[in-house]
Amino acid sequence: MTRYILRRILQALLVLLVMSFVIYSLIGLMPGDPLDIMLASNPGATPEVVEHLRKLYGLDQPLMLRYLRWLQDALVGQFGYSRTHSLPVLSVLVPALIQTCKLMIISFIASVILAFILGILAALKPGGILDGVISLFAFAGISVPVFWLALMMILVFAVKLHWFPASGIATVGDGGFRDQALHLVMPVITLALASTGGFTRYVRASMIEVLRMDHVRTARAKGAAEWRVVLVHAFRNALIPVVTIMALSFGVLFNGALLTETMFAQPGMGKMIYDAILGNDFNLALTGLLFATVVTLLSNLVADLAYGWLDPRIALT
Amino acid sequence: MTLRLCLCVVALLVGGAAAYAKDVLTIGVSQFPSSMHPNIDPEVIKSYTLSFALRPIAAFDKDGINTCMLCTALPTLQNGLVRIEDRAGGGKGMAVTVKLRDDILWGDGRPVTAADLAFTARVGRDPTSGFANTRVWGRVASVDVIDDHTAVLHLDEISTLYDRLPAILPEHLEGPVFARVAGTGDYRNQTTYNRAPTTPGLYNGPYLVTDYQPGQLVVLEPNPYWKGTKPGIRRIVLKAIGNTAALQANLLAGDVDMAPGDAPSLTIDQVLQLRKQQPDRFTYIFRPALTYEHIDLNLDNPILQDIRVRRALLLALDRNTLVERLFEGMQPVADSFVSPLDPMHADGVTSYPYDPARARALLAEAGWTPGPDGVCRNAAGARLSLSFGTTAGNRLRELQQQVLQNQWKNACIEVTIRNEPARTFFGETLKQRVFTGLAMYAWSFGISYPPRQTLATDQIPTAANNYGGTNYMDYRNPTMDAAILTAETNLDPAAQKVAWADIQRIYADDLPVLPLFFRADAYVLPKWLKGVTPTGHSDDSSLWSEFWRSE
Repeated sequence: MTRYILRRILQALLVLLVMSFVIYSLIGLMPGDPLDIMLASNPGATPEVVEHLRKLYGLDQPLMLRYLRWLQDALVGQFGYSRTHSLPVLSVLVPALIQTCKLMIISFIASVILAFILGILAALKPGGILDGVISLFAFAGISVPVFWLALMMILVFAVKLHWFPASGIATVGDGGFRDQALHLVMPVITLALASTGGFTRYVRASMIEVLRMDHVRTARAKGAAEWRVVLVHAFRNALIPVVTIMALSFGVLFNGALLTETMFAQPGMGKMIYDAILGNDFNLALTGLLFATVVTLLSNLVADLAYGWLDPRIALT
Repeated sequence: MTLRLCLCVVALLVGGAAAYAKDVLTIGVSQFPSSMHPNIDPEVIKSYTLSFALRPIAAFDKDGINTCMLCTALPTLQNGLVRIEDRAGGGKGMAVTVKLRDDILWGDGRPVTAADLAFTARVGRDPTSGFANTRVWGRVASVDVIDDHTAVLHLDEISTLYDRLPAILPEHLEGPVFARVAGTGDYRNQTTYNRAPTTPGLYNGPYLVTDYQPGQLVVLEPNPYWKGTKPGIRRIVLKAIGNTAALQANLLAGDVDMAPGDAPSLTIDQVLQLRKQQPDRFTYIFRPALTYEHIDLNLDNPILQDIRVRRALLLALDRNTLVERLFEGMQPVADSFVSPLDPMHADGVTSYPYDPARARALLAEAGWTPGPDGVCRNAAGARLSLSFGTTAGNRLRELQQQVLQNQWKNACIEVTIRNEPARTFFGETLKQRVFTGLAMYAWSFGISYPPRQTLATDQIPTAANNYGGTNYMDYRNPTMDAAILTAETNLDPAAQKVAWADIQRIYADDLPVLPLFFRADAYVLPKWLKGVTPTGHSDDSSLWSEFWRSE
């Protein structure tokens, strides 16, 4: 197992290296460079000044050379400065990462729990009323755009009911646990509802399939209680395909987080990367995208490890 | 049981939700300043935010008059504070004496002095400092510090803009930083405005920045060393909400009290809609501004080289109906780029009221007659067809574009919409002049700021000037160039007026650009907030925030 994990980590490092080059090249190919925005507002900049600044920021060098320099610095933890925040990249990125992880992990757990409950209930009587209602909910969750859902949440729970604050992560002058929890409720629900629909459909399909299997029939024939049949004999087996989907979806949550963060003014990774790309903030965009890649790679690794735990027959070598 | 428990937790959480007192004002904005340094990365949102805390030496007031904020008297030739001098290397320059008020203190109690002014000029002249507009300080060849509150700026040119005196930096805080990194290009990263933006000594206005959370909010509280009118709001919070629909919902929820018109916030159509839905809940102000919405014409295009076609294009547009329908008439139709609010605005320039018959006649005169499909053709059978681009995703602009396209269609002019994301549109298409027909966007001018960058021949972007200018039209007119030079350098007010009138007359006659309208700044204010006075120009209403009151 240890050997397997080490091999996967080595593979991940290789993927990261390739991705860093691909992302760096793609950002380098985008229209404009970090100097463009600086110069757009500087009518007095003579060609000599522009040339000087290009040299100063290393923008006169070929892309490949710039990448190698960036890589050299990145390997010792120097990711440079963010142009749009005028701060070291990690000082901007780490708080955003923490905020996004908080949002993503809580909403992921919430959506997984909800999907398990709804998926199992729907699978118990496929085609029944409960299945129909749950399927309707699931399809609504899949179809409703996140930004619309977020807006509706704000209008109902902040504008009409005044239950929760409409945006931000804390109230100025407060910022206690309760205050932060209040600010997190609507973004978490929005992000959770957006992914629950898909997860529910997978759990339902997997459970229906497993509930028809021989070992489940045997358990029932032996007189095991229905809850035991469902939760012990069927659910664990149904988890294997579902876990794959859920683990892979973890990285995709970044996309949903972008919209949720924008709508609820949460300073997270999704919004940070989006703003960095629009603002020609190469260092920040690049490092942010690499961190997103790390999250995706890690979630894949977790999925593979989970297989082994769920089904001992799967050998991780 | 579980459900009850959950409801109890929610009730507990919700029950004590704090309500804002009226001495706290939360302003909703849709962008966040990239830093708090006044001279690096000039942004509208930064200018608005900093104006609460940092005063320029002089600023234009609500009536468009340049007035002292840190100085005792605005330097002029008449009061003897400005004189023409010979430069050491030949040519003429100017000596501008700035007398600073002795009652202005930095937020740490240290006085604002002439040494701060000299230091700012030194940083501003360094091309590696990251100052966005090096032209402002780059023209200052040297500074003589006469005493603690008097300095003489020696300009290396004669310029009508000599009295545009921006904010200065605290030498006691920024001096050591600049000395450490001068010439390395790292000042923009190491400045205290970025490293510790809540340092009180960085500011000299009625408010200080007391909390700064990147991407989220800026908190401002009264400056204890401010000697002017005591600020009436205990705390001002600028809260960034990127999505304007969410910002509007925040306003309705009461999480945000105000949407300013002079900072990125709600769009004018949102404010108009809100006014219909909630006419009594807020105070609404629509202040016509200097921002000029227009269409650049690429004069390399043979079709657009014909002045008759350019005039027909404008005559075919019913701009009054456009602003009436889309903006309830709040944004005044433009005849040139100079707003009627600007003291240099000239009356009587050629205007082009909606006249489709005259437009068709002009086109016929230019050899364009309607074809069987309603689109004009010339003798060679070529269609009168032009591409029309703007920033993709800007809903209002796209709406305008559709209206204009339809109006031109009625005048047998075919336009094909080709929009691009803003960074491609501004970063490549306009900058490298690869658009072939029409390009719609906005210019934002300072008051009486000569239009060299947009209309002079030497500002046509080319590889040779690093695509530096914004004369995207390729407009070349020596008479216009001469008038711009006069507006820039002739210190006689009467001669300036004449030059500005010439600029506007030539502009309206030549039509290198189709004027559309001047934007209006749309404000949503809480009923309890008094004293906010919109200016309509780039010196923000927040420069006078000490007069804002809760009533």
